[in-house]
Amino acid sequence: MAVRKNQADLTATEKRNFVDAVLELKRSGRYDEFISTHNAFIIGDTDNGERTGHRSPSFLPWHRRFLLQFEEALQSITPSVTLPYWDWTVDRSPRSSLWADDFLGGDGRSGDGRVPSGPFAFGNGKWPMNIRVDGRTFLRRSLGAGVRELPTRAEVDRVLAMTVYDAAPWNSSSDGFRNNVEGWRGPNLHNRVHVWVGGQMTTGASPNDPVFWLHHCFIDKLWAEWQRLHPKSGYLPTGSTPDVVDLHDTMKPWNDVTPADLLDHTKFYTYA
Amino acid sequence: MSRPTRRQVLNGSAAALAGAVLAAPVALADSAAARPAAGHGHSEGHKAPGGHEMPEPFDEVYQGRHIEGWPADEEAPENGSRARSGGPASHGTRASRGSRASQGSRSSHRGRAHPQSGQAGPHDGMDFVVRIDNDDLHVMRNADGTWISLVNHYETFTTPRALARAAVRELQGADLVPVVTG
Repeated sequence: MAVRKNQADLTATEKRNFVDAVLELKRSGRYDEFISTHNAFIIGDTDNGERTGHRSPSFLPWHRRFLLQFEEALQSITPSVTLPYWDWTVDRSPRSSLWADDFLGGDGRSGDGRVPSGPFAFGNGKWPMNIRVDGRTFLRRSLGAGVRELPTRAEVDRVLAMTVYDAAPWNSSSDGFRNNVEGWRGPNLHNRVHVWVGGQMTTGASPNDPVFWLHHCFIDKLWAEWQRLHPKSGYLPTGSTPDVVDLHDTMKPWNDVTPADLLDHTKFYTYA
Repeated sequence: MSRPTRRQVLNGSAAALAGAVLAAPVALADSAAARPAAGHGHSEGHKAPGGHEMPEPFDEVYQGRHIEGWPADEEAPENGSRARSGGPASHGTRASRGSRASQGSRSSHRGRAHPQSGQAGPHDGMDFVVRIDNDDLHVMRNADGTWISLVNHYETFTTPRALARAAVRELQGADLVPVVTG
């Protein structure tokens, strides 16, 4: 059984194996397919139309499946690799070991935001921006510039206390746990972290920054924590909701997996 | 006579939509009353599906970049015609064309817009077209009337103009490129 660990607890070897597997997926072209898929859903998911990956109840199971697929790809390179998570309520500084050059590399430089060092720096030649929204071909970040503070544990706890998974109209205007985690409502958790990192993470092509996976892994862990806190609260809606993925509806782009299949993460991995 | 809108041409369904354009204003007036726009509307703005007023077109140079925007069901600006759109006469023209055409077109649009079918056009699912130096910036309206763009996708803006200005700051002189969705 795969165990997903806090990135702060990874050994030097675990960091290197993770980075090397990510770079190999990039080299082979498989990494960019994940970016394309994410970008396509970002564009296609609308509040008043069909919505699957974002701004909808299936935001959480969709990303759970998306991360599983990415983790399986990593494991096809190095079987021992699992996704780490970034608990941004604790590691909330640009000086965190997450941003060291033996892992994700650091903040972008002033002026053009280019990440100057680390495995994903443009100068290494191993991390081209092939799927992009503008002409720049280098990884960019501006940690803490778009928004000063990452969410706090108190803000996370306030969202975890919500008893209802999601609510009509099942979009960015909904009350409930899912939309408050996603960040269109309330203290703004998931969305704010994208903005805090800056660079490609603020765009529809956000998986261009490998921190995407660590961020979403923590969002996924928060869903698991919420389930433990509210064992009687289930995924909603459960049927016949236009444009929205109900509990037993299959999800695009896989078409063979439903939210119900993904509720129990312990079938696939556990969190350390 | 109003010409077919860009979106109608794209969908090949101009005839089917003509009826929707004529029939929609009453229903839209109802929904607008039921859910007033929140602080971003213009009194002369369009009523849009969902009850939010469609922002006015804009056309300006911001930090050295040409930014412009207009409701997606209108004609693209040709040789500067957009600059004349503020007057009362042209307002009447816009109102008669109306943004409800997009409501009719959206369902037929959706199959193509959604990723399952592969390539998304630059304006798929959009209510409002935004360009920076003549390149399309994909934008989207949220249910609460705020806006996001592909460049700032996790941050909301009260108007497309504010979103375009934020994109200019984010781009730091870089050009937008056509969206690749696989």
